[in-house]
Amino acid sequence: MDFNNVIAAAAVLFVMGIVFAILLGVAAKVFAVEVDERVPRVRECLPGANCGGCGFPGCDGLAAAIVDGSAPVNGCPVGGAETAAKIAEVMGVEVGATERVVAHVFCNGGCNAVDKTKYEGLQDCNAAARVAGGPKACSYGCMGLGSCVKACEFDALHIVNGVAKVDPDKCVACGQCVSTCPKKLIELIPASKKVHVNCVNRDKGPDVIKVCSNGCIGCKMCEKTCKFDSIHVVNGVAKIDYDKCTNCKMCTKVCPKNCIEPIPTDEEKAKFKEMQAKQAAAAKAKAEAAKAAQ
Amino acid sequence: MFNLPASMGLTDILSLAIAAILVNNYILVQFLGCCSFFGVSKKTDTAVGMGMAVIFVMAIASAASWAVQYFILDPLGLGYMQTIAFILVIATLVQFVEMFMKKAMPSLYSALGIFLPLITTNCAVLGAAKTNIDNGNSFIGSVVYGVAAGIGYLLAIVLFASIRERMDATIKCPKCFEGFPIVLVSAALLAMSFMGFSGLSIPW
Repeated sequence: MDFNNVIAAAAVLFVMGIVFAILLGVAAKVFAVEVDERVPRVRECLPGANCGGCGFPGCDGLAAAIVDGSAPVNGCPVGGAETAAKIAEVMGVEVGATERVVAHVFCNGGCNAVDKTKYEGLQDCNAAARVAGGPKACSYGCMGLGSCVKACEFDALHIVNGVAKVDPDKCVACGQCVSTCPKKLIELIPASKKVHVNCVNRDKGPDVIKVCSNGCIGCKMCEKTCKFDSIHVVNGVAKIDYDKCTNCKMCTKVCPKNCIEPIPTDEEKAKFKEMQAKQAAAAKAKAEAAKAAQ
Repeated sequence: MFNLPASMGLTDILSLAIAAILVNNYILVQFLGCCSFFGVSKKTDTAVGMGMAVIFVMAIASAASWAVQYFILDPLGLGYMQTIAFILVIATLVQFVEMFMKKAMPSLYSALGIFLPLITTNCAVLGAAKTNIDNGNSFIGSVVYGVAAGIGYLLAIVLFASIRERMDATIKCPKCFEGFPIVLVSAALLAMSFMGFSGLSIPW
């Protein structure tokens, strides 16, 4: 057996390895790119999902932008206040408090909305919307084809009863669904707000009734009931001013179309009506008593 | 001193290139480099980036491994160490190029950079380097073969990525085929369609 071959083979590889190692070592020094040492530290604080919710190409992009000052330290909507605080520590600045926001789909139609046509094309909302405004008779509502579900990287969106629904626990407010929806039905709203008008149909009441059993007809019952001046019918559809809303849920109980979330049970509605009637009777009695006293 | 392969004519090189792109397509006919082919073919634009990176790496790997074979291994009678030496050379070279790119061509780096580490010792890259030696290609022939094999890879991965994108949007496939199984099935069909090129005789 010729051991020289073995030794030669090992020696050649060894020498090649050493030469390459030196080459790479020198190259690393010569071609070193100066990176601000805060960039990798900021990068470490970020979630690393590379969702692009911040508008930069991935977490690396945001980290670089934060360090060179073109993005705020709370630029990551996914990480929220916790991440912002950590980054602020690295950057040595104070953060303003940020409230967690989540996506919400403003449509409750789904199976309650009448179909205008039977659509069998590309199973994608953006494609369907181009065909005469989509298969639903309501041209404002969710078509339930799930482009937002596909866009969501966090499994926070699902089609429930033919309409997209956000799981607020999983939603990280990256905004992918907001930009995907062709009907512009999804918005980012503060997570603490629980009452939503799930309809955006601006048509007149009778027209809405024709296309959806669950649509806002603009009857202003909610507007009259709200004690905080937070819900108004604008352009034929009720809209909540989230700065003023206190989650008292009065409006949900008077809505004749059950389109304000959380939807009350019939029992709750009846109870509320009774209470309202009682209050009205009491007020009437009081007024009459005052009249009698005069 | 060095026993170099004979130089090749233009027609030889051209037929070599066409054979590498279509007839012996690295992915769909030789089944090399399948892992990145399946991994990075979800979106067409990333597929294009990956394909470009493969062309680039295959070209430099072919050139470097040719030099290593004929100037280092052959004179020492160590031709059988090809594989291990090529892995070493290609990995080093890609690392080096990555560093150089980051410094000198940041825009190219941001386009190709993330794909480079993925293909340092991709079997398609290694396969191209080894095929060059086995076929006795000249230096120019080797580089052209490397680029052509890369173009074949680009062609295959972009075709496949477009199929996958279209499939994701349109097809509701049976539950048991969802995800990877349907991807494998469609890759098999695409490979079968490439079999049609095997009848192509070169030179004409």
